[in-house]
Amino acid sequence: MEVTQVLFNAQSIDGTVRKNAEESLKQFQEQNLPGFLLSLSGELANEEKPIETRKLAGLILKNALDAKEQHRKFELVQRWLLLDATAKSQIKACLLQTLSSPVFDARSTTSQVIAKVAGIELPQKQWPELIGSLLSNVHQIPAHAKQATLETLGYLCEEVSPDVIDQDQVNKILTAVVQGMSASEGNIDVRLAATRALYNALGFAQANFSNDMERDYIMRVVCEATLSPEVRIRQAAFECLVSISSTYYEKLTPYIQDIFNITSKAVREDEEPVALQAIEFWSSICDEEIDILEEYGGEFTGDSDVPCFYFIKKALPALVPMLLETLLKQEEDHDQDEGAWNIAMAGGTCLGLVARTVGDDIVPLVVPFVEENITKPEWKQREAATYAFGSILDGPSPEKLIPLVNVALTFMLSALTKDPNSQVKDTTAWALGRIFEFLLGSAVDLPIITQANCQQIVTVLLQSMKDTPNVAEKACGALYFLAQGYDGEGESSPLTPFFQEIVQSLLTVTHREDVGDSRLRTAAYETLNEVVRCSTIETAPLVLQLVAVIMMELHNTLESQKLSSDEREKQSELQGLLCGCLQVIIQKLGSSETTKYAFMQYADQIMGLFLRVFACRSATVHEEAMLAIGALAYAIGADFAKYMPEFYRYLEMGLQNFEEYQVCAVTVGVVGDISRALEEKIVPYCDGIMTQLLKNLSSNQLHRSVKPPIFSCFGDIALAVEEYFEKYLMWAMSALQSAADLSTHIAGDDELVEYTNSLRNGILEAYSGIFQGFKNSPKTQLLIPYAPHILQFLDGIYMEKDMDDMVMKTAIGVLGDLADTLGNHASSMIQQSVSSKDFLNECLSSEDLLVKESAQWAKLAISRAISV
Amino acid sequence: MAPHDNRRPFKRAAISDQQKRRELSLLRQAQNRRDAQQQARCLASSILSLQSAAPESQPEQSDIELETVPEAEQESEAFSKDLDVRQASKLRGPEVRKWFARQLMLPEWMIDVPDRLAQDWYVFARPAGKRCFVVSSNGTTVSRQRNGSILHHFPSALPAGAKIRDGSGSAQSYCILDCIFHELDQTYYVIDMVCWNGYSLYDCTAEFRFYWLNSKLEESGACNAPSHYHKFRFSAVPVYNCDQSGLHAAYTGVVPYAKDGLLFYNKHALYQTGNTPLALVWKDENCSQFVIDTDGKGEIPSQQQVVLELQDDRKLVTSDDPPVLFGCLDGDIIEKSGLHTGNLLRFAIGDGGLSFVDGKLEKADLIYLGKSNRARAFADSYSKGFQLKSL
Repeated sequence: MEVTQVLFNAQSIDGTVRKNAEESLKQFQEQNLPGFLLSLSGELANEEKPIETRKLAGLILKNALDAKEQHRKFELVQRWLLLDATAKSQIKACLLQTLSSPVFDARSTTSQVIAKVAGIELPQKQWPELIGSLLSNVHQIPAHAKQATLETLGYLCEEVSPDVIDQDQVNKILTAVVQGMSASEGNIDVRLAATRALYNALGFAQANFSNDMERDYIMRVVCEATLSPEVRIRQAAFECLVSISSTYYEKLTPYIQDIFNITSKAVREDEEPVALQAIEFWSSICDEEIDILEEYGGEFTGDSDVPCFYFIKKALPALVPMLLETLLKQEEDHDQDEGAWNIAMAGGTCLGLVARTVGDDIVPLVVPFVEENITKPEWKQREAATYAFGSILDGPSPEKLIPLVNVALTFMLSALTKDPNSQVKDTTAWALGRIFEFLLGSAVDLPIITQANCQQIVTVLLQSMKDTPNVAEKACGALYFLAQGYDGEGESSPLTPFFQEIVQSLLTVTHREDVGDSRLRTAAYETLNEVVRCSTIETAPLVLQLVAVIMMELHNTLESQKLSSDEREKQSELQGLLCGCLQVIIQKLGSSETTKYAFMQYADQIMGLFLRVFACRSATVHEEAMLAIGALAYAIGADFAKYMPEFYRYLEMGLQNFEEYQVCAVTVGVVGDISRALEEKIVPYCDGIMTQLLKNLSSNQLHRSVKPPIFSCFGDIALAVEEYFEKYLMWAMSALQSAADLSTHIAGDDELVEYTNSLRNGILEAYSGIFQGFKNSPKTQLLIPYAPHILQFLDGIYMEKDMDDMVMKTAIGVLGDLADTLGNHASSMIQQSVSSKDFLNECLSSEDLLVKESAQWAKLAISRAISV
Repeated sequence: MAPHDNRRPFKRAAISDQQKRRELSLLRQAQNRRDAQQQARCLASSILSLQSAAPESQPEQSDIELETVPEAEQESEAFSKDLDVRQASKLRGPEVRKWFARQLMLPEWMIDVPDRLAQDWYVFARPAGKRCFVVSSNGTTVSRQRNGSILHHFPSALPAGAKIRDGSGSAQSYCILDCIFHELDQTYYVIDMVCWNGYSLYDCTAEFRFYWLNSKLEESGACNAPSHYHKFRFSAVPVYNCDQSGLHAAYTGVVPYAKDGLLFYNKHALYQTGNTPLALVWKDENCSQFVIDTDGKGEIPSQQQVVLELQDDRKLVTSDDPPVLFGCLDGDIIEKSGLHTGNLLRFAIGDGGLSFVDGKLEKADLIYLGKSNRARAFADSYSKGFQLKSL
């Protein structure tokens, strides 16, 4: 096969030519993988070949080694590992050779391919000579080979986890990288590649950062690089500082003063990409300190893992003025540009984080700036003042803020209607929203909203919804938080008199001509949802009227035909919003007996609409409709059975949707809703559902987050159909057993611990449902053979000492369910288990009420089982 | 390697409303699953045996109880009985209906005048509305109708009835009130007090309970107008001694609620669950708008109806203890309609009505209509049939 020509054709503008070329590449790959990879790597290495085909060859190689989807990635890795060893070493030789190519693109693609191969082979202890030969390259001339090698080391550190590479090699990599970064390196490209490589290598440097001398050296080189004449190097060096601020927060004390000087110079004088990173350093420090202080829970215990060094508090007098200056550097109309991110935005965001970190201390530093600028003729000053004020509303105490807000409120309401500048209005509406978000309903005696100003606030916000789309969007946002502030208000909310007017205005916004091109429509529906969620019984009749309105809107979207693909996308988005809105309404009306019955008159029609919605292809819409149907089933109860014949196939489709796993996850939850609603009436559908759920469990294509809820769903079904579950018992139990074995021990990071605990919880909920489902049945004895393993699982996870309260509650509940259902058949087994003693006692004295409640249940059930 | 983008959300909420909807759904599903499990754990068998098992396991329970003073033992017995009510208030489904139906004290229909009426009895005008149990505990209040279904779930000024009062009561503080919810003014009229602030009044006389009710309810602030932490107003009803003037006041006096008959309570009676002749109800067109059965639309059916329970020997009985036999059901009907022992069946009373001899039912002209509403938990009492006849 003439690979060069095919690679050329694969980039042709002629669709047919391109398709043919892609087809033949695919065939080649399937029929002869080693030959395929070899000729691609040969193409990549061949200096006589055109740059276009070399680049594409590298890209295809990369895609033959890695993929986004987990299962696909796994397949590719297996195929590479099984490849003929000679072919592999030939390919690798080609790759290493290409690193010295004079052609930049060829080198750059190659360094990524090498990193992918390393990502597969190094964890298998293969290709041990790789790092050595890369390091020997570094000391070579020419500079371009050095640059490519450093880039490769950077990618390699990104691909491979730190525990795969031994400390000796880590040291050598770091030495090479830091040397490449230092001022003595004359070549800009080499220095830039080294700086970017360090960013990825920082995760490997734990040991080196614990050593004062090595750390001092690395920090000095990074700080020097922030002063490089080359802007890209300065930016990359600040990125390293940002990464260091989170990875090595506790090592920063000796350097923080210098870093403050460097960053504040960069923020004030450097080009924007650099200044943004310099600000990000402080935002990142805030993130760290907020986390630490939250963990303290307000009191310093001294034995926490990471102490707080209060860098922000100490830097406050200099940091805040620096950030306030950035606020005045806003760009014309940046609010209207969806993707905009500039120094004023970054500065304001950082100011908000600083407020959350230090609380009250920030107020006296910001208030003079606000007072000075808020009435200035220049819009940028008014906007900056408003933005500064809005930024500090989360953090300081209500006692400190409310007197200020009471003074500012009238001014802000008038600015929102009268300020000649749209950006000032935008920020004002946003700041009002922040006031409502953080200060309504706070336990301070000073109310912000009184009978006197409530009317005015609502009027101004509704008025602003007719303003430009970005101002209207923020006004909707403010209303969202205003409504939220009165959530849980008993019989009557101060918003009740305006309910109808508010809903009407929001519906009007959704019909604005210019609504399609911004987030405005979404914001309007989200606000409508919140207004409904937080409404009181007084306005229930109005919410009921809204059902028909939203149903009509949804109906209209289903009628429109012959849309362009762009229009269809907008249509789907709207359908998603409408289904979401109906879901909120159903949940609201379904939560009270009185409103539920009034709502029932619409159930048939709503269900009819949802079924039609499923005919449209959009994951978001399906998810929203599914969630709404779950709420509907809960509200309707056993009568939901009449919709099952038609709905079932969509339920099955949802369960089969591995690609859009959110849809699958939501559908699994809805199966639970339906089980509880239908109880034994779900039996006719159980075969299909259980088969699909078991299939899903065994699939490695399904996102793992869906699996715990599937187990919980087993429990829901078992509880609903009771002993009829016998049919599935063997299959369900064997799936549960193997999952239980896998989840007893956890070895991994926090994320894995969290996942394993959610898996345990799902497994345990399944056991609970099964035991309770079989209770009082003559078939109880079917469960006896499974009891020893379940008790062993409980003992196992107890011994691991790493379960969270949720798992603890479910686990001890299972012990009770086992005792309750099996009674004296299991009494000796139970008495022998650790769970029935130490674990039970621990739960009985738990501070968590739910754990304690479950434990008391278990204790009772056990004492009965034993006494019988 | 491209520069790293560190942009943060600008003027936007941290989570989208869609994510919020998703999370709220998950929360609701988790709550429903918990309810379903809790229900299963407390199904009749467990809950009833739990009641009888509680005293036996008392020595064991002492590690949970905080107090060890002698009278704590007495209290803990009452506590364990009440605890079930609180647990049961979380239940769902048919079992909970049965369970709750057994917890309320149910008056018999007044078919004759008790002795010593003037001395030993109270009378008051029954508010029209839904009879329910109101349970406050753990910072929330739940009202359950006679069939166990939840009427409201709300914060109240009752002890332990809302989240704010955390300082004021221990975890064991809770209340159980026997109420009628009056739709028109959205008020819970408290007609009896079963537990107050953790203190059981089951074994107290009506005299004491009414006294306690009147003083404590007012004190708690539960009679105040609704507010943020107190969603519904509670109110006591005016209770009179059953002498001439008391009867007159109850019968004709103006009250802030629509009347639905008169209730008579024996002063010395303890709070007894189920039907009791120590509480009586009287209805006529002067003191009740619901003197006879109405259907769902508020119309009076052409024939009056009774609900009876089918026993295994095909006998149809009332909910009284002991049950009163009303008749026998044809084996044919049982087979055709697939009826089982324990089914509640609705009958119309035919033109023949009910015949009584010496105050005992001799014959009833019953026409089978069908199974009763699913929400129904028990048969009518004998005295209902009797009052129907006397109309």
